[in-house]
Amino acid sequence: MRLRRVRAIAVKEMLQVWRDPISLMIALLMPFMQMMLLGYGVSLDVKHVPVCAFDREDSQESRALLQRFQASQYFRLVATPRDYAAVKRALDRGTCRLALVIPPDFTERLGDLRQSSVQLLVDATDTNTANIALGYAQAVVSAYAADVAASPEHASTEPLQPVAVESRVWFNEDLQSRNFIIPGVVALVMALVGAQLTSLTISREWERGTMELLISTPVTPMELMLGKLVPYFGIGMLDAGFCLGVAVFWFGVPFRGDTAVLIFTTALFLMVILGLGYLISTRIRSQVGAAQMGLLVTMLPTTLLSGYAFPIDQMPTLVQGVSYVVFARYYVTILRAVFLKGSGLFELAGPVIALMIYAVVVVLLAARGFRKRLD
Amino acid sequence: MNAVDRSPIQVEDLVKRFGSFVAVDHLSFRIERGEIVGFLGPNGAGKSTTIRMLCGLLRPSAGRAMVAGFDVSRDPEKVKTQIGYMSQKFSLYPDLTVMENLRFFGGIYHVSRDVLPERIASAVSMAGLAGREDALVATLAGGWKQRLALGCAILHRPPILFLDEPTSGVDPQSRRRFWDLIHSFAADGVTVLVSTHYMDEAEYCNRIALIDRGRLLQFANPGTLRRQPLGGDLLLLECDPLGAGLAALRSAPDAIDAALFGSSIHVLVRDAAASMSALPAHLARSGVRIERIARIEPTIEDVFVRMVGADLAGGHGQS
Repeated sequence: MRLRRVRAIAVKEMLQVWRDPISLMIALLMPFMQMMLLGYGVSLDVKHVPVCAFDREDSQESRALLQRFQASQYFRLVATPRDYAAVKRALDRGTCRLALVIPPDFTERLGDLRQSSVQLLVDATDTNTANIALGYAQAVVSAYAADVAASPEHASTEPLQPVAVESRVWFNEDLQSRNFIIPGVVALVMALVGAQLTSLTISREWERGTMELLISTPVTPMELMLGKLVPYFGIGMLDAGFCLGVAVFWFGVPFRGDTAVLIFTTALFLMVILGLGYLISTRIRSQVGAAQMGLLVTMLPTTLLSGYAFPIDQMPTLVQGVSYVVFARYYVTILRAVFLKGSGLFELAGPVIALMIYAVVVVLLAARGFRKRLD
Repeated sequence: MNAVDRSPIQVEDLVKRFGSFVAVDHLSFRIERGEIVGFLGPNGAGKSTTIRMLCGLLRPSAGRAMVAGFDVSRDPEKVKTQIGYMSQKFSLYPDLTVMENLRFFGGIYHVSRDVLPERIASAVSMAGLAGREDALVATLAGGWKQRLALGCAILHRPPILFLDEPTSGVDPQSRRRFWDLIHSFAADGVTVLVSTHYMDEAEYCNRIALIDRGRLLQFANPGTLRRQPLGGDLLLLECDPLGAGLAALRSAPDAIDAALFGSSIHVLVRDAAASMSALPAHLARSGVRIERIARIEPTIEDVFVRMVGADLAGGHGQS
């Protein structure tokens, strides 16, 4: 292998990327747009759920309960209808997702029987949001109930709750789904950009006719692959650095791990992505075909099966099995662990080894995939 | 390697099939050091396919070809170190500058750094691109592109050059200049195999291989080819209207063959003197007026048309 040939190809490739507005856009602008779109667009948090309250009593106590809803970041009081028909209309129109109905004897029953109740009506078209909103609403009501029970006028001789759960949330203390999703978005953006850039690199030369001359020279397939991938590796690492920076400094995802571990695993993931793109490019000689195949092989499985937004352990067993083939799942696992748990290489041995095996196999296949022949 | 007593290009019974289509049909020839050999034939005759096999780009279906002492089937990569190639389609990088292309191929051919600057400079001056080293190749006109491609192909000073229709689509003046360059390489001992469908270019070659439908029809020097017995005498005819004249000639009893050459017709007849007196009357019956009729010496194109058939697919050169 001659390093000079590798260098000549790398320089040529850089010049071509630099002079091609589309490649430049894919390399520099797309990561930014994707990070913003996916970073802001994908959120599984349920917050500011619109609530309407039909307060049939309108007493100090009932207003105190409403206050609790208003104070919660999970709810937003949007309307106070005066009758059931108005409640129904609000739910039908979607002005509110949740309706709270406080009965006219709320305070009375609270005082006498210590057994009062409120009604919650939920719009469950989106079951996930409905479930979570219901949970939060129950939490608001029980917190109110607990305070009432503890107040002097209701002081009781026996404790109401013999066993209480003292929960503490680890790793993602604020339970922000953003912290969980954004590291995965980084993987998705890299898969997209990496495959887009490299899946065209060989097919473009075939289409333009420059490949025929190139394969009539003594250049070896290994030199060609290295020369072509080195610049894209540089671009990919730059993009990765940019995306990870956006995750930490823009979206405020906590970063607790070791930067070296992050760089090492990112380089591994990038090798797999670039190798796959190159392999596709050696196999499909039309640019359009290669680009589509590139998306199909990298972005689609990364979106659906890497677990970046849709948890793998909630999938059917068969699909879970399939997800082991999706290399992005290992990187998403690594990213999350490095970001939120601060895991080191030792704890991550499993996914890191899986990525390494993938990288070696893909790069070998890619190097062998290129034939210096026309037939 | 006893390259001295060996011809740089030796082809024996070379065959290339694409499925059931036989593109190259048992070709055999030898080319000596410093020779310029022209591949002449219509489009689809198998010229490019043969050149690609000799460059190690296509695997022969049968037969053997040795280039610079290496077997193109077994050692295609060794062949590639010994050759310079210009493919049919222009294949430099249009989005790189003249200099960037030259540096790229200098690196790819692994030309020693000591001689590279000097070779790049000579390629630039050979292409007539001095002062335009930083121009994008896409902005160059055909003749310059062609000469630059040639400059790139010889950066490593290969002993053998394969040029596949290097002058197609280039103006006559640039073609002339291109051939001067090829002659200067041959004078330095470079063996050149060049394909063309310009018949006039055949005259610049030491030997010509006439190829049609994958078969070698003739392999001789231009003089010998021109003196090939055509089976009659050749007349040049200018008449009006041209199309009706051609049709009438093809049905004339003493004409063996007639073909259009630009704005005139070449007619092969059994006896020149007899036909020159008989033809005007025959054509007049079809309403065709003869403006000029003369006996001429056959050109290579006449030989070619006679051998391949009048419906030559690749356009006629200027005769």
